[in-house]
Amino acid sequence: MPEEFRLILKYADQPGYTPDMECYLRHGGYEALKKALAIQPKTLPDGKTMSGPEQIREDVKVSGLRGRGGAGFSCGLKWSFVDRKSGKPIYLICNADESEPGTFKDRQILHKDPHQMIEGMIISCFANDVKLAYIYIRGEFPEGARILNRALKEAREKNFLGKNILGSGYDLEIHVHRGAGAYICGEETGLIESLEGKRAYPRIKPPYFPAILGLYMCPTIVNNVETLCHVKHVVMMGGAEYAKIGTPNNTGTRIVSVSGQVKKPGYYEVEVGKATMGQLINDFAGGLFEGRKLKAVIPGGSSAKVFKAGEKFKLKKKGPDGKDIEHEVDMLDLPYDFDSLMAAGSMSGSGAIIVMDDSTDIVEALANLSEFYAHESCGQCTPCREGSLWMSKTLHRMTHGQGRKQDADYLLKIADNIPGGRTICAFGEACSWPVQSFVGKFKDEFIAKGEADEAKGEADEAKRAAASSGAGPTAELKIAASPNH
Amino acid sequence: MSIAATTENKPAAPAIETIKIKVDGKEIAVPKTMPDPISGKPIPTTMIQACALATIDVPHYCYHPKLPVAGNCRMCLVEFGTPAMGPDRKPVMNPDGTPKIAKSPRPAIACATPVSPGMEIYTTTPAVKQMREGVLEFLLINHPLDCPICDQAGECKLQEYSVDYGQATSRFVEEKVHKPKRVDLGPRIVLDDERCILCTRCIRFSKDIVGDDALGIVNRGSYNTLSAYPGKAFDNNYTLNTVDICPVGALTSKDFRFKMRVWFLKETKSVCTSCATGCSIVIGSREEKIYRYEPRENDAVNSTWMCDYGRLNYKWINREDRLTDVKIGQAQTTWSNVLKQIADKLAKAQSGSVAIVASARQTTEELFLLAKLAKKFNAITDSIPRTGEGDKLLLSTDRNPNSNGAKLTGIASAQMGANLPKIAEGIRNGSIKTLIVFGEDMTKHGIGADLLGKLDNLIVSDILPNKTTEAATYLLPGCAHAEKRGSFVNGKGRVQRFLKAIEPRGEARPEWEFLHELVHNVTGQNGYATIEGLFNQMAKEIPAFNGVTWAALGDTGVTIQI
Repeated sequence: MPEEFRLILKYADQPGYTPDMECYLRHGGYEALKKALAIQPKTLPDGKTMSGPEQIREDVKVSGLRGRGGAGFSCGLKWSFVDRKSGKPIYLICNADESEPGTFKDRQILHKDPHQMIEGMIISCFANDVKLAYIYIRGEFPEGARILNRALKEAREKNFLGKNILGSGYDLEIHVHRGAGAYICGEETGLIESLEGKRAYPRIKPPYFPAILGLYMCPTIVNNVETLCHVKHVVMMGGAEYAKIGTPNNTGTRIVSVSGQVKKPGYYEVEVGKATMGQLINDFAGGLFEGRKLKAVIPGGSSAKVFKAGEKFKLKKKGPDGKDIEHEVDMLDLPYDFDSLMAAGSMSGSGAIIVMDDSTDIVEALANLSEFYAHESCGQCTPCREGSLWMSKTLHRMTHGQGRKQDADYLLKIADNIPGGRTICAFGEACSWPVQSFVGKFKDEFIAKGEADEAKGEADEAKRAAASSGAGPTAELKIAASPNH
Repeated sequence: MSIAATTENKPAAPAIETIKIKVDGKEIAVPKTMPDPISGKPIPTTMIQACALATIDVPHYCYHPKLPVAGNCRMCLVEFGTPAMGPDRKPVMNPDGTPKIAKSPRPAIACATPVSPGMEIYTTTPAVKQMREGVLEFLLINHPLDCPICDQAGECKLQEYSVDYGQATSRFVEEKVHKPKRVDLGPRIVLDDERCILCTRCIRFSKDIVGDDALGIVNRGSYNTLSAYPGKAFDNNYTLNTVDICPVGALTSKDFRFKMRVWFLKETKSVCTSCATGCSIVIGSREEKIYRYEPRENDAVNSTWMCDYGRLNYKWINREDRLTDVKIGQAQTTWSNVLKQIADKLAKAQSGSVAIVASARQTTEELFLLAKLAKKFNAITDSIPRTGEGDKLLLSTDRNPNSNGAKLTGIASAQMGANLPKIAEGIRNGSIKTLIVFGEDMTKHGIGADLLGKLDNLIVSDILPNKTTEAATYLLPGCAHAEKRGSFVNGKGRVQRFLKAIEPRGEARPEWEFLHELVHNVTGQNGYATIEGLFNQMAKEIPAFNGVTWAALGDTGVTIQI
C-alpha cells in the first residue's frame, strides 16, 4: 500500500507547528523565494537571454504542475497565455474560495501554513511580473482571512512583500479580499467580477479570457491555493526533480479530501496517481463501516460524475512496445489522477472523494446535491438558471412521495439540455453531471421510487373513492411544496 | 484629366479588410472588424453579425446590436468549424483540395464569438435546433404564459420563437417560481418580474447608453429578479426605450399598456417633432387615433432610441378641441371662398405692409411656400425660437424640429426671433396692416391682442385654439405632422421626410396644399400639386439642398451642408 507523501502538508499537522512567521522560518521558510529572486539571467545557445522570471515560468512548465482547483489545467500553460505585451499591469489572484462540497484541503493550508501559500504566491507573482495580487478568500472563512492578514503583515515586516523585496528591486503587494458567500465566486471570472465589486456573474469567453481581459480588463492569473504552494516546491527542487513525484503527466502530490460513509474521513496527501480510489477509501480512510457495502463514489467533488460500485472501465495503457493496450479496470482500481478519472468519464476535480454505502438512498442523495446547485446557480444564463431549479424541484417532489415512473427520463431530458458549452461557465456541467450520472447509473432506483409513489397514490385514491361511494374527486397530481431556496 | 488622376488626388479610403467564411454552406466575405456599439472602435466581427450579413437569421433574446454583448440567453448558440491545422501549423487539405474543417465539439454563442478566416458556421443542424428548443423550454417553464392579457403579445420574442422551436404541450409539472407583479419602477414603467427572462437588455441600456446605473438583478438563480436600485425611481428621460428593447412583456409603458392590441396598429414612418434632433419614429395608429410613438433605427440621427419627453408628446393630436372649421371672422366658410378672399386682399396689399410669422414646427415645404408669399409682398418674416434643457444623448436645447428649415427658406434669420420686435413696431405704427401667422400664438410672443386688433387682416393657420386664432380674420385649420407628409431639416442638417399616419380632422387640410393654391392665386406661378414635386422644386431653388430629391430621402434622410 502506498504511503502518504506529505509535501504541502509536511509540517502543517506536526505538533507545535504554528502559522506564524518565526515557525515558518525555522522550517526553511522563504528560502525558495530567496532562491527565486537570486536566479541570474541565463544565456541560451541561440544567444538570447532568459531572465530569472522566465526561467521560473519554464521550470513550472517542466514540472508538469496541473491546477489543483478543479479543471487540472497545466499551470505553466496557463501562465504562458498571459498577455505580456498589452502594457497593462498583470494581476495574480489566489482563488481561496474553496466551496465545492466534499472539499476541505485548501483550508488546511490557509489555517495551518499560510506562509507556504504566500511564499508560493510571491514567487508566482515574481515569475509573472505581477506588482499587485489578491487573495480571494471564501466569506465563510473569517478565521482564514484573519490568519492570512496577519501572515501578510509579518511578510511585509520581513520585506518578503512590499517595496524592493529583499533588495531585489522587485515590488509586490498582496491584499486579502473576502467573498460574500456564493459558490459561483469560485469560478475564476465570477471571482474577478466579485473582486471588482460586482455581482459574481461569470464572464463570457471569448472575449473575457482572464489571461487577456481579466481583473479591471487587465491580464490576470487565477491560481488555486494548493497550486500556488506547489510552485514554491517546484522552485525549491527544480521542475525536473519535481516531475519525478507522482506519475507522468500527473506530477506532484495532491491533498485528497475523503468524506462520507468511511471510518476515517479526512485529508490525505498522496503522490498523484500512485494510490487508487480503492486504496484511498479502504486504506487511507479506513474503509466502510461494519456490515456495509459500497454503493457509489463521487470522485472529485460534488459536481463530478458518480461512480457506481462494481463499475468497470476500459482504459488504455502503454505496453512495453509503446503501443496502447486496452485493459479493464474496476472503479476502485482506478489510479487517483487527472487522466485516469477523466478517461473513466468523471474527474478528479477538486480532489474530493465522497463515499456512499448501501444505506444511502440514492434519490435523496441526488436531491441534496441538486438543491445545493439550484441554490448556487447565479442565474445569469438560461439553461443553468432554469434547469438547476427544475431538477431540484423534481427531486424534491420525488423525495416527498410525489414521484412518477417517468421522472427518471424527465430528469435526464432536463439535464441533457444544460451542459456541453450551452452555458457561460462550467456550473452548467456541475449541476447537470450529478443528475446525468446518478439517474443514468441508478435508473432502476429512480423508477422504483416513482412506481412506488404512483402505486401508493392509486391505492389512496381507491380508498377515497370507496369512502365517497365512487363520486370522489378526479385524481390530481399534487405537487409537493418547493424546496425553500 | 484622367479619372485615375482624380482618384489619386483624393485621400486614400482605408481598405476594409474582409475575411471569407461560410454560413450554412454559403460563402461570404465579411469585414474583419465592426464598430463597437458604445465606443465606435473597431472590434472583431462576431458570428451573429456575419450571419446577418449573410441574411441568415439567428434567434436571440439578450443580443441587441446597439448594446454591449451579454451572452446570457443562449438562444443564439450555433455549431461551427475552423480550418484544421496539422502538426506543422499548416492547414490540412481534403482530397479535393479544399481545406479540411475541424468541427468544434462545443457550440458557441453567435453574439460573442468572433469569426476567423475559413470559419464555417452551421445554424440549421439538428443539434442547433435542439439547443434552441431547450433554451426556449427553459425560458417558458417559469413564464406565466399570460399572453392573452400581455401587452407584448404580437411583438414578443417568446411567441415568435415558439412558432419555430416551441413544444405543443409542456412537460413541466412543478410549481412555477413566483415573483413580483405590477412593480412600479418609475413614473412611466411597470414591471412584471414573472415575465422577465433576465436578458439584461434594459440594465445595459440604462447603464451604458443613458449612463444611469438604475437597474440591476437581485436574488439568485431562478429567483433572479430585475429591480430598480432600492428606493430609487427609474425615471431618467429614456426609460421607455427599455419597453421597446424588452423582448418580452416584462417592461410595459404606463402610457400604452392595455390601450390597444399591437396587431391592430398601423405603422407609419415619421419623425419626432419635439426637438431639433428629429428622431426617426414609427407612429402606431388605429382608426385615425394615435396610440404610441416608437423610435425607428436611424444611425445618422437617433440610433434606435428616443427620449420619453418626445415619445409621449403626441396626445395633443387626439385633442377634442382641435380646430376643424374654416372661418372668416366667426362665420364658417369654405376653403375655396377663404382662399379667394385672402388672395383678393393680398393682391391689394402694399409692398412692405405684410408680415409673416411662421412656426419652425412647420415643414420645410410649407416654409418655402410662405417664403414665396413673403417675396411677393416684400414681407418681413420670422419664426419663434423655442429652447429648453438638453442632454448629451438625444434631446436638443432647440425644441423646434425645423429651425434649420426656417433659416434655409429665409423665413428666419440666423438670429431667430430678431424681427419680432420690428413686426410689433410695424403693427403699432400702422405700417404693417396684414399679419400672416402659422402655428404660433403671437400673444405669447410680444404681439398682444391689442396689437392684433389694429391689423386690417389677421390670417391665421393653426391646429389648436389660442388667443391668436380667436382674433383671426381668416382662420385656416391645419394639420399635425402625423396627418400630412413633409420634411424637416434637423439641427445637424439631416433632411428627413415623414409620412401621413392619420386623416386630418374636420375641414383641416395640410398647410402645403392650401399654401400652394394661395401662392398660385397670388403670384400666378405654377405650384406643385404633389409633395414630391414641391420638395424637388424647393431643393432646386435652395442651394443648400443641392438638388436632393424626395425619393432620395428614403427612410432615414440625407445630410446637407448648413
